[in-house]
Amino acid sequence: MGKIIDQIKAGKTLVSDGAWGTFLQQKGLKPGECPEEWNLTHAKEVFDIAKSYIDSGADMIETNSFGGTIFKVEKYGLADKVFELNKAAAEISRKAAGDKFVLGSVGPTGKILMMGDVSEEQLYEAFKVQVQGLEAGGVDAIMIETMTDLDEARLAIKAAKENTSCEVFCTMTFEKTVNGEYRSMMGISPTDMVNTIIEAGAELIGANCGNGIADMIGIVEEIRKANSEIPVLVHANAGMPIYDDGKTVFPETPDEMAVLIPKIIDAGANIIGGCCGTTPGHICRVREEVDKK
Amino acid sequence: MSELLLKIADCVEFGKINKASPYPPQMKGQDGADELTRQALDEGVNPQEILTGGLMVGMQKIGVKFRENKVFVPQVLMSAKAMSTAMLHLKPFFLSGEVKQKGTFIIGTVEGDLHDIGKNLVSMMVEGNGWKVVDLGTDVKADQFVAALKENQNAFIGLSALLTTTMVNMEKITKSIKDAVPGAIVAIGGAPVTDDFRKKVGADAYAPDPQGLVEYLNSQLD
Repeated sequence: MGKIIDQIKAGKTLVSDGAWGTFLQQKGLKPGECPEEWNLTHAKEVFDIAKSYIDSGADMIETNSFGGTIFKVEKYGLADKVFELNKAAAEISRKAAGDKFVLGSVGPTGKILMMGDVSEEQLYEAFKVQVQGLEAGGVDAIMIETMTDLDEARLAIKAAKENTSCEVFCTMTFEKTVNGEYRSMMGISPTDMVNTIIEAGAELIGANCGNGIADMIGIVEEIRKANSEIPVLVHANAGMPIYDDGKTVFPETPDEMAVLIPKIIDAGANIIGGCCGTTPGHICRVREEVDKK
Repeated sequence: MSELLLKIADCVEFGKINKASPYPPQMKGQDGADELTRQALDEGVNPQEILTGGLMVGMQKIGVKFRENKVFVPQVLMSAKAMSTAMLHLKPFFLSGEVKQKGTFIIGTVEGDLHDIGKNLVSMMVEGNGWKVVDLGTDVKADQFVAALKENQNAFIGLSALLTTTMVNMEKITKSIKDAVPGAIVAIGGAPVTDDFRKKVGADAYAPDPQGLVEYLNSQLD
């Protein structure tokens, strides 16, 4: 099967998967329930999500492990199950993926280093246990995502590089400021991100979540200005959520997303997928557009 | 004296906690909010004056800069830390009643949501603007808000949510609070929240940033 990076270097544009969190909720995950616990208690539902993206034509799928560090799962009384939950997440996606790739999802811990919430060692250790679980369950790459702080991203990358033999990817989440610049919650620009996380060892970088695919084009352009070589991935939200009749819905339709796919490929993205609110329908259309290019 | 208050305001605005703190680099080695507040009290400056003429001035400035995206979360956190360090010196005067706070603000992240970064930012900003803050933490249910409101009559309530799936709980919680305490004022905020959403759930105020909430609360005092 080779490596994801090799396929990109051979000139391919690849398709990733869509949302997990919002999809789990559709399947019945309640607010206050631990999403990662579903890898043990609702493996069938989690498998169905993974499989639906493979069936939509994705070249790779993620794992249900976004909040899989001890700092998140301990809030649900699952502190002693970190390795197990992540391993199960990886096994489910591995089974669904067949000969496609599996990216082990690693999200932020919610702790802020500079406030002294945690030490660098504690963060490193938390990521280490998670990525080891993901590798044991069979992921091809570690997908560190939704990062806003460079130090936390760097520690997660280091933990993945030093404790697994997986490819290591990292994306951050940017919003547009009132001045029209892209910045993470912690004030990091795409340009600031590029050198630091490549130096830390990320083999692919990019952006995820955010306000929809249109902003992603600007973010990819900024990354490409700073580095023309590094493989770039985007996982875009289906727009900003709106509230309708007791439910939140994401407004961007598969066709609206599809229209912008050629543009984001031209901007320099190598892997395209979705984040919150995107569905197998979105991924089907992304696949079609990527194949047309 | 007023020069000392200006210095305290600067320490809060730029996040200079104490002399030992290396942040911000341009204030390295100087006294921070900690030492200067102590000094002001020792020199006999009225603690109320230290709060309103020093600490609050700095918090106000950082709040506006944050709204304008001139600074980001890290700078606000450092400011809040400088402010809270200084506040420790003022605590006895709050307790004795010598320093009066503007009112009470009860805040919590709503049921089902465990995210606290945004809630903490708001909490610190509101406190730094001279309000007493009762922070109920995360995953807070309607009856906890109601109980806190009964303990703190006439307090304002703030609901926070990060997730699109938990923001929907704001509707139920707002309704429960208003049913239990008619006339209660509920403000909401968080990344996915909008003013349109506020109207739909029946809350009284929405602010897109902490400073906006502070301004709303202050406007309710007159």
